[in-house]
Amino acid sequence: MSYLKPLFRHPKLPKNKLGYTQKEYEGSLSTLCAGCGHDSISAAIVQACFEMSVEPHKVAKISGIGCSSKTPTYFLGNSHGFNSVHGRMPSVATGASMANKDMVYFGVSGDGDSASIGMGQFVHVIRRNLNMVYIVMNNGCYGLTKGQDSATADQGSRSKAGSVNPFQAIDLASLAIELGATFVAQSFSGDKQQLVPLIKAAMHHKGFAFLNVISPCVTFNNNPGSTKSYDYVREHIEATSTLDFVPEMPEIKTNYEKGKSTRVAMHDGTLIQLNKLATDWNPEDRVSVANALQHARTKNEILTGLLYVNTEWKDLHGTLSTCSTPLNKLKEAELCPGTEALKEINAGYR
Amino acid sequence: MPFFIKNQVSDIKPILTMKPTNTKDPEYYHKVVDCQYACPAHTPVPEYIRLIAAERFTEAYMVNWESNVFPGVLGRTCDRPCEPACRRVRVEEEPVAICRLKRVAADNKGDVKQHMPQGPLPSNGKKIALIGGGPASLTVARDLAPLGYEIHLFDEQKAGGGMMRSQIPSFRLPEEVLNEEVNFILDLGIHTQFLTYVKSLKDVLEGGYDAVFVGTGAPKGRDLPKLPGRKEADKNIHIGIEWLAGVAFEHTKSIAQKVIVLGGGNTAMDCCRTSRRLGGKEVKVVVRSPFDEMKASPWEKEDALHEDINIIDNHVPLSFEVKDGKLIGMKFQKVKPVYDENGKRQLLPTEEDDVFIEADEVLIAIGQENSFPWIERNIGLEFDQWGMPVVDETTFQSTNPKVFFGGDSAFGPKNVITAVAHGHHAAVSIHLFCEGLDVYDRPSPYTNLVSQKMGIHEWSYDSSVAIDQRYIVPQAKKSQTLKDRKKEVELGFDIATAYKETQRCLNCDAQTVFTEDRCIECDACMDVCPTSCITFTVNAEEPELRQNLLVPAENLTQDLLVSKELKTGRVMVKDEDVCLHCGLCAERCPTSAWDMQKFLYNTTKANQMITPLPLIEK
Repeated sequence: MSYLKPLFRHPKLPKNKLGYTQKEYEGSLSTLCAGCGHDSISAAIVQACFEMSVEPHKVAKISGIGCSSKTPTYFLGNSHGFNSVHGRMPSVATGASMANKDMVYFGVSGDGDSASIGMGQFVHVIRRNLNMVYIVMNNGCYGLTKGQDSATADQGSRSKAGSVNPFQAIDLASLAIELGATFVAQSFSGDKQQLVPLIKAAMHHKGFAFLNVISPCVTFNNNPGSTKSYDYVREHIEATSTLDFVPEMPEIKTNYEKGKSTRVAMHDGTLIQLNKLATDWNPEDRVSVANALQHARTKNEILTGLLYVNTEWKDLHGTLSTCSTPLNKLKEAELCPGTEALKEINAGYR
Repeated sequence: MPFFIKNQVSDIKPILTMKPTNTKDPEYYHKVVDCQYACPAHTPVPEYIRLIAAERFTEAYMVNWESNVFPGVLGRTCDRPCEPACRRVRVEEEPVAICRLKRVAADNKGDVKQHMPQGPLPSNGKKIALIGGGPASLTVARDLAPLGYEIHLFDEQKAGGGMMRSQIPSFRLPEEVLNEEVNFILDLGIHTQFLTYVKSLKDVLEGGYDAVFVGTGAPKGRDLPKLPGRKEADKNIHIGIEWLAGVAFEHTKSIAQKVIVLGGGNTAMDCCRTSRRLGGKEVKVVVRSPFDEMKASPWEKEDALHEDINIIDNHVPLSFEVKDGKLIGMKFQKVKPVYDENGKRQLLPTEEDDVFIEADEVLIAIGQENSFPWIERNIGLEFDQWGMPVVDETTFQSTNPKVFFGGDSAFGPKNVITAVAHGHHAAVSIHLFCEGLDVYDRPSPYTNLVSQKMGIHEWSYDSSVAIDQRYIVPQAKKSQTLKDRKKEVELGFDIATAYKETQRCLNCDAQTVFTEDRCIECDACMDVCPTSCITFTVNAEEPELRQNLLVPAENLTQDLLVSKELKTGRVMVKDEDVCLHCGLCAERCPTSAWDMQKFLYNTTKANQMITPLPLIEK
């Protein structure tokens, strides 16, 4: 087995605005199973960061435990990383974000890490609207411990060993919308055309951006009867829209049919251009999104694309009114302003 | 009305698309092995490089010997068309030192004779005459002797080898190396008639031969008969190839101190370097074309410069200057190259003063020509307007069906490896002809495609890609080599360096074989490919498809491997251009839709032709 990727690249590899090629955004060679959906998601993150000309040192990848949480080794090798305790990625991300709000935070988690051991952390990080991209690589099983059903395995889904899952699944996207997450998307590892713009948009969303990505486990959950296999997902996928992430104010080139095209303006002036395929759904209306998800579930369909976005709610730093300079950049003089200043503050409480 | 609409790519499939690649065509994978494809004899290069890496030098030698007949000679003197073709130059600067690795196999081989056909060979009752004892004729002899042909070889020199003996100096090709490889062939029971100049093809044809092969090369060196002073100074002016032959057969043992060599090809390089060894102190090569456009191989020019030879370019000879009946030098006109919009070159005078260069002797090495004064024009053998025999490019048969040509005598001067390739083709034709079969009904090449899988993620070839730069072949000290004309300059790689050089080979014969039915379109191969060769996309016409790949496939000399349509309506397209054959696509493939399979391609040789078995009725 190869542990090292050859160093040669295509001599005509395109360069981004920083003059980097995609090579500068790659990580080590994956040691996950061949064909793992997680590797496709890693590749989508690499592509998104390359195309957005993100400076690698301004990104931090934080993960918990599991196959999914191993992946930060396999992308953005020149960025910061923290492999934390099982299910505790949101706490570490919160701490990191508090110390330095100027970074892009990628939280990478799995269905076990988020929907089981880390559920408490997951719901609270949504409640706090932490400015981060939270990706769940969702394969419906515990791949690292030989494929037991996870909390997101669909009821009735058959495992590789033949047993049928008797429990209801936790729908992370519905849960996130219910809890008031401000950016919720769902996608499939096998559809980079959709996944890459979603990641780009999520990076630009100021607040908690949740991406639930169905990612087949080729080794333990790609069998007939499984609802997270490549074949099943491809057959049951339903996109809400096609989506373009527009980094700068563009001239409008395509005329979408009226009522079918929506633009969502992000905080930083970037735009999401949505060409809606679903009619009874409005990405800025929580109720319609919740309905659409319920409808899809009754029809055994997997709804993908950008489901919900809300750009009005403040992120954690906004709610806490933290200072504009990241805390880690404050000098001693600013942090310890001296006895005079202390007196003044104390006087304020009298 | 459906609540949601499916957005599958198949909905936007264009009408005109590329057809799935036919990998059953032996030439498809052959083309991927760039070195082998570029080699006129199609020697399976990666195959013997791996054998050298495994220190199996005897086997490596035999792979070469089967294909190119003179591994020791070619490992030193080949024009190496394989090296500029090497895939490595498309990802870094220098190709694998293929030629010099071949020499390593020859230098370190064990008993190779046991693997060669062993005499006495049973006779098939047929008789062949070979005119000329060079590489083409010897190849025909090697291929036909094992089939039982009685072979008579005629050459005017005292030993076989042709221009390999008369024109390649010993400091590049030691005589022992040449003798050994010529003798491997002559020992197959060839009837040699050396020191015999064939004066009449008609006589030969009347000698009862079933077929005649002409491999007489391009024996006539070009002269400058009209240049003023040519006649007066004749004593001190020599034709390059004749002079080199004189040196090789030890008729010429010295040269004056100041020498001018005219010409910019490899013969000119051999002339100037030989002059340095025979007493030439101030040796100058004077050439019409600019230095970079000289015909000589870059490494030959380098070696000449290293031996203090002055190469003066952009000088056109005007006259031989004679004083008191003795050559004193030459006059040249200075020119500069001018290119028109088609890149065609013209040499225009610079208007500067003519240049006089002192010289005691001049060697003219400005090309060589064919010459067939010994072939009668009334024996059914047509010649074209340039005095060249009319020879079929596939069969090498002349218009006299009994007479076949090969080597330089067929289509003009080329090189040893081309002559060998001609020899193989001609031998096949001669065998078909003598069997009474159609010479155009030629057997297909032998091909084989075998999986290299040795476990879940293991290959039986070394798939890692070394980033080492090309290693330099050590040379003997100049102080020694210039003293002794027979002292070989290049020392060859030692085994340790050779091993490192072998690791630079990308194993292009380990083909990436794709089986559509197994693919689940997880895109893992596309993600992992270090050189972005693989794209899953919607099919289109070739020019459009080439542009739609992850990195546009702009090298049109390299093919696209296009799959049948996959489940989602896309196709897999692989640009063969910069594939490193690292096997990562196949390692990351969960369903073995990708497999690394070793492709072996051997051109048909007469000695490997199998008589078809009679069909058994069911």
